[in-house]
Amino acid sequence: MPTFLCTDPVVLNLWHPLAAIAETAPGRDHTTTLLEEQIAYALPPDGGARAWRQGAPQHPLPTLVRYGYLWTSLGTPPEDLFSIPEYDEPDRRNMNASTIGVHVSAPRAIENFLDMAHFPFVHTDVLGSEPHTEVVEYGVDVSAERDEVRATRCRMFQPKASASSADGAEVEYVYRVPHPYCSVLYKTSGDDPDRQDVIAVFLQPVDQEHVRAHLLLSVLDAAHEDKEIRNFQQSIFGQDKPILENQFPKRLPLDPRSETPIRADKSAVAYRRWLSGKGITYGVIPAGR
Amino acid sequence: MTSIQPGRAWHPVASSGDAVVRHVFQGRLLGRELAVWRADDGYVNVWENRCLHRGVRLSIAVNDGRELKCQYHGWRYSNRTAECTYIPAHPADAPARTICNRTFAVVERHGLVWTTLELDRPEDLPVLPDDGRPLALRPITVAAPAAQVVDALRSYDAGEDLRLAAEAELLLRFDRGTAPGLTILVQPSDATTSVVRGVLHGVAVVDRDRPPLDLLRLHNRALNRVRARVESDLGPLQAEQQEPELELLSEELAELPPLSRPGRSASLRVRVERKWPAGADVAGFALAPLAGHLPAAQPGAHVDVHLPNGCVRQYSVVNAPGEGDRYVLGVKREPDSQGGSSCLHDVVREGDVLAVSEPRNNFPLRRDAEHTLLVAGGIGATPLLAMAQTLAHHGLDHELHYFAQTEDHLAFRDRLATLGGSVRRHLGLDVAATKARLGEILAGYAPGRQVYLCGPGPMIEAAREVAAQCGWPVEKVHFEYFKNAQEIDKESSFEVALARSCLTVKVLAGQTILEAVREAGVAMPSSCEQGACGTCLARVIEGEPIHQDVYLNDAEKASGEAIMTCVSRSASPRLVLDL
Repeated sequence: MPTFLCTDPVVLNLWHPLAAIAETAPGRDHTTTLLEEQIAYALPPDGGARAWRQGAPQHPLPTLVRYGYLWTSLGTPPEDLFSIPEYDEPDRRNMNASTIGVHVSAPRAIENFLDMAHFPFVHTDVLGSEPHTEVVEYGVDVSAERDEVRATRCRMFQPKASASSADGAEVEYVYRVPHPYCSVLYKTSGDDPDRQDVIAVFLQPVDQEHVRAHLLLSVLDAAHEDKEIRNFQQSIFGQDKPILENQFPKRLPLDPRSETPIRADKSAVAYRRWLSGKGITYGVIPAGR
Repeated sequence: MTSIQPGRAWHPVASSGDAVVRHVFQGRLLGRELAVWRADDGYVNVWENRCLHRGVRLSIAVNDGRELKCQYHGWRYSNRTAECTYIPAHPADAPARTICNRTFAVVERHGLVWTTLELDRPEDLPVLPDDGRPLALRPITVAAPAAQVVDALRSYDAGEDLRLAAEAELLLRFDRGTAPGLTILVQPSDATTSVVRGVLHGVAVVDRDRPPLDLLRLHNRALNRVRARVESDLGPLQAEQQEPELELLSEELAELPPLSRPGRSASLRVRVERKWPAGADVAGFALAPLAGHLPAAQPGAHVDVHLPNGCVRQYSVVNAPGEGDRYVLGVKREPDSQGGSSCLHDVVREGDVLAVSEPRNNFPLRRDAEHTLLVAGGIGATPLLAMAQTLAHHGLDHELHYFAQTEDHLAFRDRLATLGGSVRRHLGLDVAATKARLGEILAGYAPGRQVYLCGPGPMIEAAREVAAQCGWPVEKVHFEYFKNAQEIDKESSFEVALARSCLTVKVLAGQTILEAVREAGVAMPSSCEQGACGTCLARVIEGEPIHQDVYLNDAEKASGEAIMTCVSRSASPRLVLDL
């Protein structure tokens, strides 16, 4: 068993995203950092994907191509990744909206993704606007069977919910956290009120306090160009980035007494407990220290 | 924390000029990040640079002159005490007073802002020469431990014939000729970073030959040369890998709070700083703390005032946001006073010491409406004035309708003047005319609107009736009565089970639930004890209450989910409470 700078077995055994397939030139080697290790990867011209620790090409790492990204693991990963069935629906536009480096831990970024109360203040006049600041009671459950945190019936007034919406509307969200460093959200589609757009964040832990955030879009939008849809999501993420980079400590404190939650933070409370229950130590400050 | 632990506990952390209007300055002392900001009233705050909700730096918060507003979720923290005054995600709730950011003691002197990280540490600021106006130099940050910086500065002269005359802990004083010339203080930011802060003495404000700006430039260049030398001698330093230091919060704060939280009773000692006629038959009182800071009063909050004659009375706090150095109350002389208002009018004088409770807010102001109507009758204007000042400060759309007998009866006209055009005066109207006017004001309910009512009982009754006729949903009509004018029936007798305490108590005829619960040893807060203020609210799990209060609205009463333990009784033989 090789040794790694990251010693958290739970995290070593997870699948981690490395890059968007569409943005990776096939037939040449690329490098990136994962869990403080230099990782090389390539898409051979004849298909498939390869990844290895820099300097050790003779020991290939496991790979998976899923949701438009190349995934790998430094340990023994599960057979497959969590499922996003909507991704395969034929009329969806699937794309990587952006891959952005952020100076924060992966769990802090997940909490930000789950959070609605910041919309009026951080995404002013887009995803929220004052004085519409109330976060009404919503549901949170941790499914033992699927091993994921889920927040449902999350409602918020939004002046401009997506690239395709013109007017303000109350939008309903469902959030899933099926992986300690990945989250998926579902929100009412501007194009088809009976269906939902899917936005997912897959965080590549560069180290405990840096991530590359890969943002997957799987949306119903016939009117806008890819560029416009991406620009919208990138400007949203650009508003979150300075907030995330000004959080202290950068690793997520799991001791319930380290920060003050309110009822609107129910999903974050469940997420922190879920991480504690898994015994995660990487990117967090474990409780009881 | 760090290897530097000097004997002196107070250090300069900013120049006075760093704490400029509506700005938040980020400082650092002994490895700890600080947010330094000046409120519009001139007070300089030094706080832990971290919002206790999600750890976001407060140095990126908005300084609105009275409060800091966190960039992440808009939580507001009050000038002086750093108490959270509003949580936008839960607009109906008054934040618990215990939600409070860490503050540090502050002294502003010699053109510098000084603080200490130690609790209750007496001021041990070094005494600097005080001849003429102190002129603070531009601070210079040096990537070196404080002791090394002090070593390098001993030979400082900047070509100014400066001579080291005295030295103390992280302090060097230079004389020019026989007069004090310059004091240099080294602020230990952390183990590998220091800030050099100089104060020039005896600088004439107007000096044709040596304008202060030239002096500042000269020292800036000279200190930068010292910095370059120290840094190149030392080479790059590995910043100490510091485990983030997190102070744990109380259990109470760490748990998800319940839907509502009763106020807590505790007494403050205040001095009557000022008493003045604030309107016809209205005495204004400004109550200042004997020591320290007063807990912040949210708009709508009241305090219990304990009077010399033993009476306890509730008065709304008129304060505007961030007005934290005193509580301002308005007391109307009641013709049938039972000893409360007459005592405050006739007996209490400036300089007297009174005991007051911490402010409780059972009439919280929601700030998530597009338009807010505030309808005041007489002295009922006091909580609504606090609300109007808050809404005006936040730039939220509102109108304050003030019904009074005459212009002279309007209280706090100075504050009304600052509110400008949002104030509508309705003077000298009789009962019928008042009702007609209320009809005009409340006509045309639209979603996004809300109304707050406070005034004499009959006026609130009329306004609620008119609002219902105009289509206002009950949850958009908020009200507060001064008192409960109903006859309270105390004749019944029943049993009360306290679910959480696993106790059953008998409430006898002539006794209140509150009294019976307290007799059984269960602590319960209360304030007006006549069913008006909402402090002694208890949740009902089972049973059929008879309310008799004027705090709950009709829908809340019909649901039977809560009672006021000071006046409510039971129609069923048994009432189960969540106590």
